Amino acid sequence: MKAFTTLNGLVCPLDRANVDTDAIIPKQFLKSIKRSGFGPFLFDEWRYKDVGEPGMDCTNRPLKKDFVLNQPRYKGAQVLLARDNFGCGSSREHAPWAIEDCGFCVIIAPSFADIFFSNCYKNGILPIVASAAIVDQLFRECAAQKGYKLRVDLETQTVRNPAGEWFTFDITPHRKHCLMNGLDEIGLTLQHANEIKAFEKKHKAAQPWLFN
Amino acid sequence: MAGKTLYDKLWESHVVREESDGTCLIYIDRHLMHEVTSPQAFEGLRLAQRKAWRKDSIVANPDHNTPTNNWDGGIKDPISRLQVETLDANIKDFGALVYFPFKHANQGIIHVIGPENGTTLPGMTVVCGDSHTSTHGAFGALAHGIGTSEVEHVLATQTLIAKRSKRMLIKVDGKVGAGVTAKDIALAIIGKIGTAGGTGYAIEFGGAAIRALSMEGRMTLCNMAIEGGARAGLVAPDAKTVAYLKGRQYAPKGADWDKAVAYWKTLVSDRNAKFDTVIEMDAAKIEPQVTWGTSPEQVLSVGAKVPNPAKEKDAVKRGSIERALAYMGLKADTPINQIQIDKVFIGSCTNSRIEDLRAAAAVAKGKRKAANVKLVLVVPGSGQVKRQAEAEGLDKIFTAAGFEWREPGCSMCLAMNADRLAAGERCASTSNRNFEGRQGAGGRTHLVSPEMAAAAAIAGHFVDIRSF
Repeated sequence: MKAFTTLNGLVCPLDRANVDTDAIIPKQFLKSIKRSGFGPFLFDEWRYKDVGEPGMDCTNRPLKKDFVLNQPRYKGAQVLLARDNFGCGSSREHAPWAIEDCGFCVIIAPSFADIFFSNCYKNGILPIVASAAIVDQLFRECAAQKGYKLRVDLETQTVRNPAGEWFTFDITPHRKHCLMNGLDEIGLTLQHANEIKAFEKKHKAAQPWLFN
Repeated sequence: MAGKTLYDKLWESHVVREESDGTCLIYIDRHLMHEVTSPQAFEGLRLAQRKAWRKDSIVANPDHNTPTNNWDGGIKDPISRLQVETLDANIKDFGALVYFPFKHANQGIIHVIGPENGTTLPGMTVVCGDSHTSTHGAFGALAHGIGTSEVEHVLATQTLIAKRSKRMLIKVDGKVGAGVTAKDIALAIIGKIGTAGGTGYAIEFGGAAIRALSMEGRMTLCNMAIEGGARAGLVAPDAKTVAYLKGRQYAPKGADWDKAVAYWKTLVSDRNAKFDTVIEMDAAKIEPQVTWGTSPEQVLSVGAKVPNPAKEKDAVKRGSIERALAYMGLKADTPINQIQIDKVFIGSCTNSRIEDLRAAAAVAKGKRKAANVKLVLVVPGSGQVKRQAEAEGLDKIFTAAGFEWREPGCSMCLAMNADRLAAGERCASTSNRNFEGRQGAGGRTHLVSPEMAAAAAIAGHFVDIRSF
């Protein structure tokens, strides 16, 4: 996994609540057995006038011009600004894969769905929970200023706007450590293989029927 | 001292180690798998030259991409076929306790076959790269969906990195009226708490109306916990749970059975257990539910009218209502029971078990689908459910009513196979999500119970099952 430390990134505002993973990456793209190549299909039904199919070349597909991702001012955005319950619905990791592949590495919202939230961390994406009031302010500033960027610093857990105002966000020390160093969690966990084996032995003695 | 909740007991009995920030390594007893969310996990294992830690924890089968008719013709879409064949190859290489390949007599939706084979047991931790893993909480198992990176982590280490959830009790007391099902309870709960109401929580469902539900009903309810934002739903095991499991292929036998049952009886929340949130509902007030919008929380009783955005003061909510009405092709204030439908889907991990099919058949018996209804798909949850239904003659009732009786699979719940809605088509569906495009690009989904779906198929529009 790639590491995340700091970013000064262009912000793209997606002003709707309950954005679900079917909207983020529709089901037909889940047929892929690969982890990459989902970016062009991110928000497919909102982004294109036609229906996307896996393997399609998206360069000449008809665009829904009003959709934020298609507006020139948000081209190259790395921070996705969203509303409540972002990423609800299915557990498909294709959703963060598509978001990451499209160039985003930070998502700011008042709340996230649980599974999506943890999937982000496994893919070098930092999901930031900010209060509804702060998110409202960011939406307003983003609409008012072309080229609006936010400076995100994981070390100090801060987000700073162009005016220099800042807020802090929470992250567990474990997630912060893994994200800052781009660590492979499996490798970390396997350092505790003996503890897992010891637990397994005790568990099997207590409930042998779990091991048939 | 406060007692423990069922969730606490399940959690604490699976903690391998805990970091100072509360991050835990949780041991996983059962790993369910399907073809969609596993290929990249196996690829990761291969690249790192890792093995599966405990192959006998794995129960797998393809379900999302498999067709529901013309099985002899195989899987026509080459991309779907490759994904299913990739699962075949991965299970062959890494091993599994149970694997039902495409066309196996017992193949079905992973959340249906787990319980029916006794591979889901009380007290277990159950994971799957699928959000509807919450279904298995009906047995008093701690069960939830995970992402593909976590699938790889569980494969390699038999553990999951997690933090303890908050605890919510949803207590539904009293008795539901005739025609009101577990699906209606689930939708009514989501209507009350919202799709993010359970975020960060494990929800235990309790109260007389929950105890009165069959195991199938409890599975429907826990299945929908994720639509209320909760990764896990739970119902404490009781005599019904034990009776359901007894004699199933992978359920414990002999002395182990007695020991297991004695242990399962301890899997209840203590009387003085403390929940972070308690929500109480009166079952008698729950009416048959129909979703009208593009989120499961956009739900109303069948006798209600589609909401009017002009009456909503909150701008974000008003925008959601307006967008949902535009997508759904509905006018504000339309009575729900006047909404005409084009298709009906009876199936999915929410409502494809034998009890669901019996309920739908009881409504359809001796009747015909309405002329305006183009297609009624009845898709059993598994090969076992299909055989049971056919033994009871339910398939004949469905076909006589003009419904199509299909092979098991996920089918039009998420339309990864050929079963899907065309743009603009409106469907009464027993599945779990009414998101935009879920059942096909531009398709319009209304979530209902199996009874309500069958009644809508006959009438051609939504009807109150209680006066049908």
